[in-house]
Amino acid sequence: MKNNKWLLLMALTLVLSMFLAACGGSKDEEKPADGDDKDKDAATEEPEEKQHAKDEEGEPDAEQVLYLAESAAIPSVDSSIVEDQVGFNVLNNINEGLYRLNQENIAEPAMAAEEAEVSEDGLTYTFKLRDAMWADETPVTADDFVYAWQRAIDPATGSPYGPFMMSGVVKNATAISEEKMKVSELGVKAVDEKTFEVTLERPVPYFLSLMSFGTFYPLKEEFVTSKADAYATNSDSLLSNGPFVLTNWDGTSDSWTYVKNEHYWDAENVKLNEIHVNVVKDSATAVKLYQDGKLDRAGVSGDLAMQYRDDEEAVIQPETSVFYFKFNQERDGKETPLANENIRKAIAKSFEKEDMADVVLANGSLPANFLVPTNFTFDENEKDFRELSGDHLEYNVEEAQDHWKKGLEELGVESLDLEILGGDTELSKKMDEYFKSQLEGNLEGLTISLKEVPFSVRLDLDRNQDYDIQVSGWGPDFQDPISFLDLFVTDGTNNLMSYSNPEYDKLIEDSKGELALKPKERYEAFAKAEKILLDEDAAIAPIYQRGLIFLHKPHFKGLVDHPFGADYSYKWAYISGK
Amino acid sequence: MVKYIGKRIVYMFITLFLIATASFFLMQTLPGSPIASYNKLNDTQKAIVEKKYGIDKPKPVQYAIYMKNLAKGDLGTSFVFKGKSVNDLLATRLKPSLILGAQAMVFGTIVGILLGMLAALKHNTFWDYGSTFLAILGISIPSFVFASLLQYWIASEWHLLPVGLWNDGWKSSVLPSLALAMGPLALSARFIRTEMIEVLNSDYIILAKAKGANGFEIAFKHAFRNALIPLITVLGPLAAGLVTGSLVVEQIFAIPGIGEQFVSSIMTNDHATIMGTTLLFSAFLILVIFIVDILYGVIDPRIRVSGGKG
Repeated sequence: MKNNKWLLLMALTLVLSMFLAACGGSKDEEKPADGDDKDKDAATEEPEEKQHAKDEEGEPDAEQVLYLAESAAIPSVDSSIVEDQVGFNVLNNINEGLYRLNQENIAEPAMAAEEAEVSEDGLTYTFKLRDAMWADETPVTADDFVYAWQRAIDPATGSPYGPFMMSGVVKNATAISEEKMKVSELGVKAVDEKTFEVTLERPVPYFLSLMSFGTFYPLKEEFVTSKADAYATNSDSLLSNGPFVLTNWDGTSDSWTYVKNEHYWDAENVKLNEIHVNVVKDSATAVKLYQDGKLDRAGVSGDLAMQYRDDEEAVIQPETSVFYFKFNQERDGKETPLANENIRKAIAKSFEKEDMADVVLANGSLPANFLVPTNFTFDENEKDFRELSGDHLEYNVEEAQDHWKKGLEELGVESLDLEILGGDTELSKKMDEYFKSQLEGNLEGLTISLKEVPFSVRLDLDRNQDYDIQVSGWGPDFQDPISFLDLFVTDGTNNLMSYSNPEYDKLIEDSKGELALKPKERYEAFAKAEKILLDEDAAIAPIYQRGLIFLHKPHFKGLVDHPFGADYSYKWAYISGK
Repeated sequence: MVKYIGKRIVYMFITLFLIATASFFLMQTLPGSPIASYNKLNDTQKAIVEKKYGIDKPKPVQYAIYMKNLAKGDLGTSFVFKGKSVNDLLATRLKPSLILGAQAMVFGTIVGILLGMLAALKHNTFWDYGSTFLAILGISIPSFVFASLLQYWIASEWHLLPVGLWNDGWKSSVLPSLALAMGPLALSARFIRTEMIEVLNSDYIILAKAKGANGFEIAFKHAFRNALIPLITVLGPLAAGLVTGSLVVEQIFAIPGIGEQFVSSIMTNDHATIMGTTLLFSAFLILVIFIVDILYGVIDPRIRVSGGKG
């Protein structure tokens, strides 16, 4: 009798616990797949119907305190060393470069007093600095820029973005970063205290947009050297020249505070007095904190995205990261079946992208038939590059099957086993399953095996070209189609799939050389290059352009999000009607 | 006894040394470079950065250097948090985890013991079934489910305590501690109940009753002490359970603890931090097991070592 009761109790408990466990199952934090490039991808403007939270005018409240969450701690705020999303975001709000992206995401003079003077050959830029102060009330001078740029290019600094951004752009940068020239030979000069001159290696049409990027921010030499190794390791060893000052940050803490910088040149337009930031890695927790009024904005990812995307406080933020299949044409020194153009085209056209974005991802992502994202770059008439270049490699089962048949014949086989390499987040796994069912369902004789690994492992496999098909992505570092198209030139550092087309290489080369000062022809060359890469060669197969969903309190106004570099500017943000 | 403790301490260091050695070499098999920006650096920079972190040297040399620094208590520099020592990183994050762990352990075992005793003393009554039911729930449901439930009801719905974060004094620690405490609570309740029932039926208790000792005296003075021994045995593994449980619970409540750091350091290949957290966790466990062994002797003189003098 006693035993029976026990059994019953146990059975009940088991059933109950399973049910409870199922309820609690949605807590895997998911970033929608990881970008090749450290995920530092930001967003463009929001679709109009979702703008409510930001555009309505309102009188600022008396109390201007904002509460935000970040998805990770700050690894570094040393402008030469920063390489991640959070770090760039902090930099953008506590410091300022020659230019800053404004509310319309156009780079406008910031530390520079006026538009730069550009020489006729496009090689010399002269910046007049405004009368701005560091937070210690000393003036920002041209020497501060010279020092910062030299520090970033010095290989001893180990700056991830210094040589990456300056090589082939600023004069002698490449040679210096390889220790073949001295740091002092970099093409930068302080003409006088308030005049900074840069000499370029070649004309670079997007150079001014780089000036808003963290690596190019000024650094006060005296301050940096006085702190030595401790520089930028906590909020006391930082010197601000931007809208806010960082406080309460000990270098590894999971919370920090921005306080308005009274010495900022444009302080009168900065309305927020304090911004409290906490690291919240779990999206479900962020949402609960938001609903409890502890956060003014919270990212919603994974399964939650689907649940909240119709919420009236939900805001869809399309980003400028694009995700695609990389087809590896050579593995272990041997050609893979993907070296066959028909096989690549068959795979590229055989999966439905609309469903992928709407149902599988369900986070505001857009289906992509392109490499250069939409709403990112514009020609001289403000027309989106996408309108110029059109769609490529759209979903088409019939064509896919034709290509497939031809491809198999050319290879002389009847079936193929291929591997898809993807991320290990819940969302990536869901996505991979979808690909497997679509590809195997549409292409007879294809068997897909899935390999799901952490980001660092995937980078390693990528570096060694040890995969067949890889789900990969890219977020831009500056506002130009070349930020994407440069990836796939022969032997490009991110090609890593043995793709090579001399015609493509030539177009990219020309855009940097003879077409550099001819914007119209340059964009046409880009459009042609994209067509070759996708339509003609199917070197990669675009999947989607990432979107993110946020819950955003209506009283939090004036937040500006950026399509590249840092994610946000809080400079113009304010609280109204809380 | 002193000799015994001395010997145990030597063993502890040997264990720690072996763990450090094993994890050092296992870590080297992780794919990928610990330098996150590896893909962006040019060859000159790579060489300089690798030299700076000392990972250009052969593995045995790296190992020797690491062990030498470890002996001095220096856990090295984090690869992810630029320029920050792992010692500092762990020190700032250890406090919240310790507070949660300690609170969960103390609350869990004390309440568990009381529930277990209640169940045993009121054997086969409503109290018995109630506390058994609770114990089974606690054992079969993982702590992160409790965490979510507590967070949802107590914080989100009833607004009694904060939903998360570590900025509201003691209030911030209540829910995560409770969630973590369920495991120890359930386990100790079950152990104490079983043992007590057995002990209560033994001859010496019947003797005590016959002598006219009252119920309270019997329960605490005679039965409880003997019932405690098996519980002490599981305290070590329980502490280990708390550490692993805290990984997820800390994430759910957005607490800047050490558990979460452990996972993310592995994901980012931050070698120095992986070593640091592994060693810290191991040292903690070894210490708990040591204390438990000492406690045995205190509670049960029969287990005492060295000559059985007691």
